[in-house]
Amino acid sequence: MINVRSLTKRYGSTVAVDGLSFEVRRGQVTGFLGPNGAGKSTTMRMILGLDRPSEGTALIDGTPYGELRNPLRKVGALLDAKAVHGGRRACDHLLCLAQSNGIPASRVTEVLALTGLTAVARRRVGGFSLGMSQRLGIAAALLGDPEILMFDEPVNGLDPEGIMWIRTLMRDLAAEGRAVFVSSHLMSEMAQTADHLVVIGRGRLIADTGVEEFIGRSSQAYVRVRAPRLPELARVLGGTGGTAGPVEVALHGDHLRVTGLGAEAVGETAAGAGLTLHELTPVSPSLEAAYMELTQESTEYAGARA
Amino acid sequence: MTGVLRSEWTKLRSVRSTGWTLLTAVSLMIGFGVLLTAVSKDMGEEVGPADALMFSLSGSPFASLAVASLGVLVISGEYRTGMIRTTLLAVPGRLRMLTAKVAVFTAVAFAVSVVASFAAFLIGQAVLGDEGIALGDPGVLRAVAGSALLITASGVFGLALGTLIRHTPGAIVAAIALIFVLPQMTNMLPGEWGATVRDHFTTNAGDQITLAEVVGGQLGPWAGFGVYCLWIATALAAAAVLLRRRDA
Repeated sequence: MINVRSLTKRYGSTVAVDGLSFEVRRGQVTGFLGPNGAGKSTTMRMILGLDRPSEGTALIDGTPYGELRNPLRKVGALLDAKAVHGGRRACDHLLCLAQSNGIPASRVTEVLALTGLTAVARRRVGGFSLGMSQRLGIAAALLGDPEILMFDEPVNGLDPEGIMWIRTLMRDLAAEGRAVFVSSHLMSEMAQTADHLVVIGRGRLIADTGVEEFIGRSSQAYVRVRAPRLPELARVLGGTGGTAGPVEVALHGDHLRVTGLGAEAVGETAAGAGLTLHELTPVSPSLEAAYMELTQESTEYAGARA
Repeated sequence: MTGVLRSEWTKLRSVRSTGWTLLTAVSLMIGFGVLLTAVSKDMGEEVGPADALMFSLSGSPFASLAVASLGVLVISGEYRTGMIRTTLLAVPGRLRMLTAKVAVFTAVAFAVSVVASFAAFLIGQAVLGDEGIALGDPGVLRAVAGSALLITASGVFGLALGTLIRHTPGAIVAAIALIFVLPQMTNMLPGEWGATVRDHFTTNAGDQITLAEVVGGQLGPWAGFGVYCLWIATALAAAAVLLRRRDA
């Protein structure tokens, strides 16, 4: 389990990570979400002992990463797929990592097969495509058969086949009881793979919640209604008492967006008033929309609105 | 630690730059030795024993630079490619990582330098024929082995500078300056303190171990080499402190 407590990283007067606390548990995929520049990579680097926190701690099963003996057997991480010496053969790259952590050389052959790199094992990694580099990075992460896996933006720049492969892999690893911690700036990506979400913006924690709760929390669920006599319908709906909170009715071109009232209630109210409906559609917000809503305030470079 | 040492050995042997720079070092060492001895013999002048030794080992500054470049690359190559982060994920103890790197590199550099130095000496003396000297002559064995030590030490100097500067061109320029250019410029320093600085400056001190006899007023062979090692130890200590302190 990864345990992050009040983790803070300052560069001069800039605060990249600001008092972040969360946990990453076994048996699930924890998505680490935030806009670019939110501090995801910095947080991951601090967890892995590459960057020194200004304050706070990051522990792996109670121990700082730097004090782990043979850390690759505990934590496998892929930070940057291109962070390999291009002049080295894939098998030698993995072999030097294995040797440093007392992992048998036979495991190199295994992870090469697991990631589909057996045929290119003796090729120099400088000539690898991004997809192949990503596979090599994952092979390195899996080398020590670790209980905890961390991936920083693993699908960036991959083709659809590669994306599918990584998604399936992460799901499988979590199903085996491992803790999988994966960062992304794309909500849609996390919607496909994550069980739990840690959302940050400008280095601060915005949400630490299950994916379902995350969607449910959003205020953007509404009912889309089209009818020939829209103004009249709007008046009738506006007059009803909502089941949960106030009812809001907004006119959007040729339809109404009703929040705070279920589709059934809208239909019955309209029928009661003798008004014809042409469309009645409950719209649940996408994870993407929920995410946009939450992080709107915290994007580093928010575009100016005209 | 054995595992980390094996890992660094795998890293060193699995990139092409290692072979090329070491081959360059050996070629420079033997090439300059043969060239200078052949030229001096051709001139028909009498070659004294001190010159016979010096000419055959004349490639050592150039071999030192080649090995120092490899020393730089061993670590700066990791910074350039980002491999350093992968390395530190595997071995988060930074001093342990640096110690292993220095140990493996030193062993390899020394093995190659010994071969290069003895080959340069023996081939040089063969070229000189009757005027050649033997390993058994006073101070000669120490000087030839000393040449190997000097080249190896320069390599470690490069590794220390690479760790400090983390940037290949910058570290190589620093190595050339400290090993080759600045030592010669210290000749221009005036007065007694100038002479002291000159005698103690990096390879001016280190070179003493490659001479059969002490030149008047200079440091002795082992004292001189000791001073050079102090320069390197200082650079290495500074590198270790920064390596521990800096974000990777």
